[in-house]
Amino acid sequence: MAKIITADEAAAMVSDGDTILVGGFLAVGSPEAICDALVSSNVKNLTLICNDTGWPERGVGKLIINKQFKKVIASHLGTNKETGRQMSEGELEVELNPQGTLIERIRAGGVGLGGFYTPTGVGTPVAEGKETRVINGREMLLEMPLRGKFAFIKAFVGDKHGNLRYQATGRNFNPEIALAADIVIAEVDHLVDFMDPDDVVTPGVLVDYIVRRDI
Amino acid sequence: MDVREKVGRRGARLFKDGMLVNLGIGMPTSLSNYIPEGIKLHFQTENGAIGFGPTPEKGFENPYLTNAGANPLTILPGGCYFDSATSFGLIRGGHVDATVLGVLEVDEKGNLANYMVPGKLVPGMGGAMDLATGSKMVVVVTEHCDKKGNPKILKQCSLPLTAKESVDWILSELALIEVTEDGLVLREIAPNTTIEEVQSKTEATLTIPIEGVKVMEY
Repeated sequence: MAKIITADEAAAMVSDGDTILVGGFLAVGSPEAICDALVSSNVKNLTLICNDTGWPERGVGKLIINKQFKKVIASHLGTNKETGRQMSEGELEVELNPQGTLIERIRAGGVGLGGFYTPTGVGTPVAEGKETRVINGREMLLEMPLRGKFAFIKAFVGDKHGNLRYQATGRNFNPEIALAADIVIAEVDHLVDFMDPDDVVTPGVLVDYIVRRDI
Repeated sequence: MDVREKVGRRGARLFKDGMLVNLGIGMPTSLSNYIPEGIKLHFQTENGAIGFGPTPEKGFENPYLTNAGANPLTILPGGCYFDSATSFGLIRGGHVDATVLGVLEVDEKGNLANYMVPGKLVPGMGGAMDLATGSKMVVVVTEHCDKKGNPKILKQCSLPLTAKESVDWILSELALIEVTEDGLVLREIAPNTTIEEVQSKTEATLTIPIEGVKVMEY
């Protein structure tokens, strides 16, 4: 059974210097109540693994504004100018990954793979310093797995066993992130007693804690 | 007709019935307005949907249903949702038949640069590198020259590349150019221009095919 906690209790588990993975795509499908609680807790020197750095007023973007990260691993920063400012002034380390490479690195980290070879990024700045190999006649880059201490994900429906279902394009990075962290905390819009097993996208055994948005 | 309409009308005719297509933000999106009758396409948005419909009316937006620019979408009957690993599996795995991208620069080898200007603009590549690398057909749509009048179709890109040797077609308001192993072949020119004008506004050398250059139809 997943334990039901508040967003503040979720944020209080995070310590300075931790690596967190956060679901969402430009804050769609992001655990916004947990992000807000992390801003209030003011925990610092975090490493963020997320598709993007959201918007200044939404999602993980608020933590950027509050200068809570020392490093960000993401595919896109364009919607939050503060990320670019902190990066160019040397306040924040940023590692840009192609989106497909980023999600596959997270997937590899979650499913026990030691990395993978991809054609994406060959001949571009992404290839710098990476091992290459020709596979089936095509040059590929070796990309390494990613994991973190906490996964903060967002689902539309959860049940008391931790099973999760997403809605529409709110699914995005969330299912892969749920496998790639030591402690998984899901923010859900609706909590039910149990779900039709066929509807479950993320198996409940992965989810340690649930933060409800419906009370 | 403005540039977007010209590019949209001609670009939409590069598609074949049944293709799975991913359109980039901005000018590439305009192609969806001009799909010829009898051609049914499946549109993907890389944040996790195939089969999306028009922008919803105000008040009917679903905050969970957006495109890759976070703008609200609708979904059509037969549409589906999936996670990002599946979405990029479709893209990198060669299941996307065509992608249409905007560019800062494109060159005669089919290299394209569209994701950063060092020291000035570093928004990140998002899904562009995967789309340009994995799609079966890569179409670049662009204004033929930049705002200062400098060519964008070059002998060699000077900006950091998004993908190496991956572009198949370059379409502007002046010309439709095919990227081949032997360089750029001028296939069509707009009705109001000449081969000489197109070449003068293109840094790379354009080859004129034996069968001739057609006048573009909209």
